[in-house]
Amino acid sequence: MSEPPPSALTDVIEEDTRAVLPVSGLAGLEAVEAGSEGRKRRGFGIGAWLAVGWLVLIVGLALLAPVLPLEDPKETIADITNKGPGADAGTAPGHILGGDQNGRDMLSRLIWGARSSLSVAAGAVLIGLIVGGFLGLVAGFYRGRLESLISGALDIMLAIPPLVFALALVAVLSPAETGGQESGGLDLSRLLVLMIALGIVSTPILGRITRASSLTWAEREFVLAARAQGAKASRLIWREVLPNVLPAMLSVALLGVAVVIVAEGGLAVLGVGVEPPTPSWGNIIAQARGDISTSPYIVFEPAILIFLTVLSLNYLGDVVRARTDIREGVL
Amino acid sequence: MRMILRKLLQLVLVLLLVTLGAFLLIKARGGDPVDSIIPFGTPEQKQELREDLGLDKPVYEQYWDWLTGFVTGDLGKFYDTQEDVSARLSDALPVSLLLMFYAQTLALIVAIPLGVITAYRAGRISDRGINAGMFALLAIPNFVLALLLTYYIGARYQWLPTGGYTKPSEDLVEHVRTMILPTISLAAAQIAVYMRLLRSDMIATLQENFITMAKAKGITNRRILWRHALRPSSLTLLTVAGLNVGTLIGGAVVIEVIFSLPGVGLQLYQAIQQNQFVALQSIVALIAIFYVVLNFFVDLLYAILDPRIRHERTAA
Repeated sequence: MSEPPPSALTDVIEEDTRAVLPVSGLAGLEAVEAGSEGRKRRGFGIGAWLAVGWLVLIVGLALLAPVLPLEDPKETIADITNKGPGADAGTAPGHILGGDQNGRDMLSRLIWGARSSLSVAAGAVLIGLIVGGFLGLVAGFYRGRLESLISGALDIMLAIPPLVFALALVAVLSPAETGGQESGGLDLSRLLVLMIALGIVSTPILGRITRASSLTWAEREFVLAARAQGAKASRLIWREVLPNVLPAMLSVALLGVAVVIVAEGGLAVLGVGVEPPTPSWGNIIAQARGDISTSPYIVFEPAILIFLTVLSLNYLGDVVRARTDIREGVL
Repeated sequence: MRMILRKLLQLVLVLLLVTLGAFLLIKARGGDPVDSIIPFGTPEQKQELREDLGLDKPVYEQYWDWLTGFVTGDLGKFYDTQEDVSARLSDALPVSLLLMFYAQTLALIVAIPLGVITAYRAGRISDRGINAGMFALLAIPNFVLALLLTYYIGARYQWLPTGGYTKPSEDLVEHVRTMILPTISLAAAQIAVYMRLLRSDMIATLQENFITMAKAKGITNRRILWRHALRPSSLTLLTVAGLNVGTLIGGAVVIEVIFSLPGVGLQLYQAIQQNQFVALQSIVALIAIFYVVLNFFVDLLYAILDPRIRHERTAA
């Protein structure tokens, strides 16, 4: 991509955001685009507080999982197998959400599942944010050949549909030998693989958005002023450009977390999600999908959690974006 | 013309790098496919098989072999059955293409009227209601929707089959019946995306002068909406609909697995499950080609539809 004339800059950004978003969308990133109609600033209303409340609750439970008085998520309790909440036979006392097809306490599995689902999502987005953000900043700041190189590399990564890319990466990154290994506690290796794979997939998306945003900020007068005062490039990037680019990155990152939660679910359905018996929202659904006609609640309970969490993240992403619209910076 | 050439060059470069990257990653992973094909073979048998499969050659030579094969339409063989990957894929391809075509069509058919109506009635209760519904729809993952539909429509009331596939040439009615649930599962989130996009563009268009002009001439609202405002508002929608095929492909993989539709996605799934790395590589490369070529055509279409872009390009 050659350097566009400054007047075409806004167009470049428009084009960039548009080109990036749909490609990214494993499910929800398009919300960025759709949310942009809200010129009207969406305030921090009840909806936003509800969303924050839900996320705090879920993250809190996930963090506290080891100290909460929960059953072992991997332990079979004989009399609650396939007993859902409100099932005809009634659910065993003390297991309000019932037990899964192997008689494991659903409440415990959902909370431990939140732990793995959320850590994969947060880890992946963090990787994307750091790597993609760095590349985007550098590309947007230095322009020229470096930018072409980075943009080209990101475009190539975008040439594979995201979920297929993630699928191939997980398949390739997983350790080749899979014997009957006993995994105690969190299955770290697979969690790490998922984080890295999904992190790599989210890198070009975050990278391009960061580049588009830092392109405009790097042109602004205050950056020029700092440069004139003799500030070094690293200072310009860190202290002048980055703080302004951060809100845009953050709103996309929020949506990214939602997308990754869903992506882990999709990968679990394809058999390469978090490895059972360690629960994740995705693999609880994936494992129970054969039993859906007899015990649908095993699928629906985590599905509701995914829905509410993704909804909250999308909503907050919209709010953050409406408050810090890239285009306002341009005008 | 120059644009086309540049794009073509870009395409080739992208594909070379994508496949090379995939190849190197697979090699870096270690693990010998031979071990998973004949786990209990003697070392001599394994060595022989390795030579048969060309696995003893240097990496660049293996890549070259694969690449020259790929270009001439030889996508390699499955390790175990020695079946041609291309043979199995040519059966699978129509299934996936049909699924994506149906989903895309359904999404647009539902989203366009909704987008137009909500833009026209922006801010009213109907607009808010539809918008909220669409926002919620965005948060439902396709596999969750697929399982919901499987449970209610398939298992509980048994209105429609929840698995398997019938070719349209064999039995059209059965074909439609098997495709309804997968299509809806795949299309739902897209409906939300498209509708919201069209709505925001349409609202902007409706504030333009030529719309006021049309109103002043006494043209009916219906005609203004559908004939005057829709086309200039639909550019973003079309681009996104094109680019969205990436999402659709990923979604189709999951949906095919859930509904056991024998498409490319199911092949991809099986290739991964069975460590069929040649097949995996060919399939991923094919998907990438399809996707990149499609984007190329979307770009062209975009230029055709929007006169401003065409003129800028010719002027420049």
